[in-house]
Amino acid sequence: MTSAATALDPTEARPASPPPAPRRRPPPPGRILAWALMVILLIITLFPFFWMLRTALSSNSALYANTISLMPADANLGGFQRVFGLQETEQAIAEGGSGASIDFWRYLINTVLMATGITLCQVFFSAMAAYAFSRLHWRGRDFVFGLFLISLMVPVIFTLLPNFLLVRELGLIDTLLGIMLPSMFMTPFAIFFLRQFFMNVPLEVEEAAMIDGAGRIRVFFTLIIPMTAGPVATVSILTYITAWNDYLWPLMVSYTDDSRVLTVALGNFTEQSPQTGPDWAGLMAATLVAALPMLLLFLAFARRIVSSIGFSGIK
Amino acid sequence: MSAVENPAPARPRLGRPRTAGRRDDTRLALMFILPAAIGLVVFYFWPLVRGIWLSFTSWDILTPARFVGLANYQEMIGDPVFWNAVRVTLIYVVINIGVQTVVALLLAVLMQRLSRSILLRSLVLTPFLVSNVVAALVFLWILDFQLGIGNQFLDSLGVGRVGFFTTEAWVIPTIALVNVWRHMGYTALLLFAGLQAIPSNLYEAARVDGASELRQFFTITVPLLRPILGLVLIISVIGSFQVFDTVAVTTNGGPVDSSRVLQLYIYDNAFGQFNFGYAAALSVALLVILLVVTVLQYRVTRAGQTDLN
Repeated sequence: MTSAATALDPTEARPASPPPAPRRRPPPPGRILAWALMVILLIITLFPFFWMLRTALSSNSALYANTISLMPADANLGGFQRVFGLQETEQAIAEGGSGASIDFWRYLINTVLMATGITLCQVFFSAMAAYAFSRLHWRGRDFVFGLFLISLMVPVIFTLLPNFLLVRELGLIDTLLGIMLPSMFMTPFAIFFLRQFFMNVPLEVEEAAMIDGAGRIRVFFTLIIPMTAGPVATVSILTYITAWNDYLWPLMVSYTDDSRVLTVALGNFTEQSPQTGPDWAGLMAATLVAALPMLLLFLAFARRIVSSIGFSGIK
Repeated sequence: MSAVENPAPARPRLGRPRTAGRRDDTRLALMFILPAAIGLVVFYFWPLVRGIWLSFTSWDILTPARFVGLANYQEMIGDPVFWNAVRVTLIYVVINIGVQTVVALLLAVLMQRLSRSILLRSLVLTPFLVSNVVAALVFLWILDFQLGIGNQFLDSLGVGRVGFFTTEAWVIPTIALVNVWRHMGYTALLLFAGLQAIPSNLYEAARVDGASELRQFFTITVPLLRPILGLVLIISVIGSFQVFDTVAVTTNGGPVDSSRVLQLYIYDNAFGQFNFGYAAALSVALLVILLVVTVLQYRVTRAGQTDLN
């Protein structure tokens, strides 16, 4: 399905296939209707983000009296202050916070370490494997590659329980390494994705470098990786987002603040709310802070990620 | 799928691998795949074997695992909570996939017809960037019975408030729709990629023949999109069966088991009651369900074939 992937590439798609939308009839009513539908779908897509921000900037006690105004109710930064532990305990409780210190910085740092560790290792090891499957010649290559293909079909749920037991036997429960371990070595997806792009590097380039005396390892690092920097960056970002957002596995492995990551901390948030009712302003501030790094990362690489989706989904 | 094709058809390599002049990079290759191979064996294949073995044992972590044959499976067949979990999960999947596919297809067609803007496609993708936990919490707030803007809105319309996360009838549809919100943009982009592969001259010819937009959609778009639609469906259904995060954060299975999906029941058995053997048997059941559904879907949608050529 490479055709779908290349068609998504904006530089190629534009001249090749003009949009089939009718141009001869200037204002077709269908088009207005279609835009109206599109706008409605966009509002549904984006409204929760706006509401997160609006609530986060509100004062928690004012929320009860003011549930529908689109502007923040009694606007202030209290929610964010509570998230980062910048508020006195008494004031936090007065504003509906739990009072219990939620070590947000700790979770943020844990999450960054975890996602970074997974991404660096997984992409690097997957790239090495992808190189062996695409550019090296060895017996049994197709067979071994087939084994990796099969592993795509093993559902996540099935490996979770035995993997938990393994991590436990290794004494890595409640450590960041324990959270990172199962996805550090590779994912089948990363290998397939990178293999696809490595295969497209012209053989002549590689051969020329080897005639000049470069070894295979050097070719891999100084030629293949730089020439496929785009796809490598894409798969890294997708891996980072996936690792950042994972919940069930960290929930299984993590028990204390030593290894708690943002998703797990947020998941606990609802259980910690005091009798007064949940601290919605603080909670929405926390969800925003947890989601913001991925939204910013996406903002920086949106074009590349969006273009690669067509490729990744069809595999 | 090009991923399994030969990379360099110009060089025949299946014929005689060891003839003179052939490069043989076996040692280097083994070094290069070593980390990935460790990952594959230790975290994919070994768990598969171990999970199946565990499902035939009784094990609570404290005492050694005891082989009990099919006892776990017998217990499962007589377990009403298990069957309820299967039922609830199926309802969830049907609502989630049904709504998601229709909305995503609509979005994809709209994107194709209206604009190729990267900005538009990026905006549509934003919910996919937040975690299930964040999505669950935001909707828990929006749909809160007293304070949620969603319920305020319904109230002002005169519909009355709905206990989205607190009434048995609404819990599963609500959770399914929260996950539709998170995934519809992503699914739409996959389908959009498929739409781009349909030759535009087909539409031009249809327009010359006077076919309406609706007619074009059903006679050109749907049939030609079928292989990709099939694959996207299979991927989303597999993902959908493994729903956990949203339920765990919002209702934790309640009220009265009405949202106790299979994955949550597995988690409860393993980490709530330390019935690892039984939890493993439940995982095997989920695996079997997934296999059956995938094979059925593959056949029904004929995802492997294309009408394009």
